[in-house]
Amino acid sequence: MHFKSPAISDPAQLIFGLAPKPVTTRSGMVIGGGTVYPELNFTLPPISIEAGTMPEVRRNYEQIITGALRRAAELEVPGVVVEFETLPPMTEHPAWGLDIVKILLEGMEREKDRSGLKSALRMTPNDNREFERPPLMRRGRYWDAMLELFDGSSAAGAELLSIESVGGKELHDDALVNGDLAASLFSLCILGERDMRFLWTHLKKIADQHGVKCAGDTACGFGNTAMVLAEQKMIPRVFAAVVRAVSAVRTLVAYECGAVGPGKDCGYENPILKAITGYPMAMEGKTSACAHLSPMGNLAAACCDTWSNESVQNIKLLGGMAPTCYMEQLAYDCRLMNTARSHGQESARQLQRWLVESDVATDPQAFIISPESSVKLARVITDSDSHYHAGAAAARKAVELLRGAHAQGKLRIAPNELVWFDTMQDTLDELPESETEFIARQLAVADRSRFLPEEYGLNA
Amino acid sequence: MNEEHPLTQAIIAGRRKEAAALVQQCLAAGETARDIVEKRLLPGMMAVGDKFKRNEIFVPDMLIAGRAMKEALMILEPLLAAAGVKPEHRAVIGTVQGDLHDIGKNLVAMMWKGAGIEVIDLGANVSPATFVEAVKKHQPKLLGLSALLTTTMPAMRETVKALRDAGLTVKVILGGAPITQEYAREIGADGYAPDAGSATDAALALLQGKA
Repeated sequence: MHFKSPAISDPAQLIFGLAPKPVTTRSGMVIGGGTVYPELNFTLPPISIEAGTMPEVRRNYEQIITGALRRAAELEVPGVVVEFETLPPMTEHPAWGLDIVKILLEGMEREKDRSGLKSALRMTPNDNREFERPPLMRRGRYWDAMLELFDGSSAAGAELLSIESVGGKELHDDALVNGDLAASLFSLCILGERDMRFLWTHLKKIADQHGVKCAGDTACGFGNTAMVLAEQKMIPRVFAAVVRAVSAVRTLVAYECGAVGPGKDCGYENPILKAITGYPMAMEGKTSACAHLSPMGNLAAACCDTWSNESVQNIKLLGGMAPTCYMEQLAYDCRLMNTARSHGQESARQLQRWLVESDVATDPQAFIISPESSVKLARVITDSDSHYHAGAAAARKAVELLRGAHAQGKLRIAPNELVWFDTMQDTLDELPESETEFIARQLAVADRSRFLPEEYGLNA
Repeated sequence: MNEEHPLTQAIIAGRRKEAAALVQQCLAAGETARDIVEKRLLPGMMAVGDKFKRNEIFVPDMLIAGRAMKEALMILEPLLAAAGVKPEHRAVIGTVQGDLHDIGKNLVAMMWKGAGIEVIDLGANVSPATFVEAVKKHQPKLLGLSALLTTTMPAMRETVKALRDAGLTVKVILGGAPITQEYAREIGADGYAPDAGSATDAALALLQGKA
């Protein structure tokens, strides 16, 4: 593995606002340097995106950035990360995405001139490659348009590059609904690992060319899909929690290829990655209730460096437009964390403990990304000699941690989930030691109509 | 509903080989293929669906039962076809144009199949014209439309309009995170399900004229 040992091994040090390797933005924000910054994300209300509606689309983003940053300045936030996560047509037609980038950057500049507000733009083109079925992962018009948008937005002034990449997802959805841990490992640690390495090697070249930073990726389409399915009682929560632990191995590859953080907000696996890499991480939790339920709304903040709302539609609420209102909520969340830090390490540590303790016993996934579990998972991942072995080791450790916590009364698990510990353990016990053998075994049972092995550098 | 029959129990437990063997036994005992489906297999799947609704089991358990059902049906389908027996209900389903999110749609399709509905799945990113074409071709009683993005909700409206403009009266049911009952009503759809778990009851209510 690229990272030979965890950067953070003490759970007390896996704490909000501080990262061993902070990231400094052009405007002077030091992310992970002692301050937690709000990170705002937003989306459109119901509207088609096409050439004829682009004036209305532009008007929405203009309204969002002006209102939200003005509110941030009024609340005297120390700085803001603005995330622009594109919608599919904006990546497919890079000129449309770049139009919005320009609007956001101009809004950020305007507010800087008006109030001195520091800000940085995180650019997250959505990954359109799966519009082809089976997806072309390394070529084709979706790949080309995505790279064009990364390149153009970096040139225009976006300084943090991110993506929710989808490599391996074409098999992972089935792995989840079948409760198939071996198929999940194959998707995340074989297909996902190879796609991430290919993708992020290209993104690093773009970043270097423009003097911007690769920030990070997320296993959103994998771990968060599992989390939401578990919340809907479609799959066991313990299974989703183990998938989360494994997903850290996939997301890690971005950092192996040169990403430096802050990691993408919806990567709930980020505490494990912060422990491994020492880079700052974005997190989301209670203040992303506008986007989805999270069973760890407080705990997720325990080691955040930017604190995000995930995504909110630009609709009118009593307090203003929704992104403006969420900017305010994020500002107060961050103010509390920064105040705790200003009172010294023990105060910050006390708040971290409360954030963790308020959620950790209620959900397996919360338990898995707690600072205590994260440093243990980080250790088994860095001790491994390959991503396949790291994924298997993370899964074994996650099962062990969850079983142990339940046995000790530290974690509530529904009775109908307990049988899944044995099911998952049996799967893990049957994994071959050899990665080559594992790949051959999974290729023999994988649905070939859904994916192209050669797009992952595998021999069909 | 007789859940005691060994074949029904084999379906509930997801024992594929046993289910296939018991189907052969039932046929040898003179039961018709239609009776086996209606009195042995579907009660098993309904029982599995009820357990799921009571949060006793998960989707992977349902899929195991579904595979046992499929194994049994592989034996029976030629006999059903020869006897001219067709599924009572047929549905078409798909994620609308511009939207790639299909796991929710896949779960609904799976649950509809478990309830004995024949399902034709058009996949994701399906254009209004493709939906219209599929409805004309397959003549379903029900069409399921899924969307996860606020920006693809308008594609649902366009699809419903295209269906009605083509004179198709198929019942349309919507689902997906940003969708509401009000939106379904507003665009002229016939039904709405807030999640995959409730989509079967909502579909059956529409198919049986109870909604």
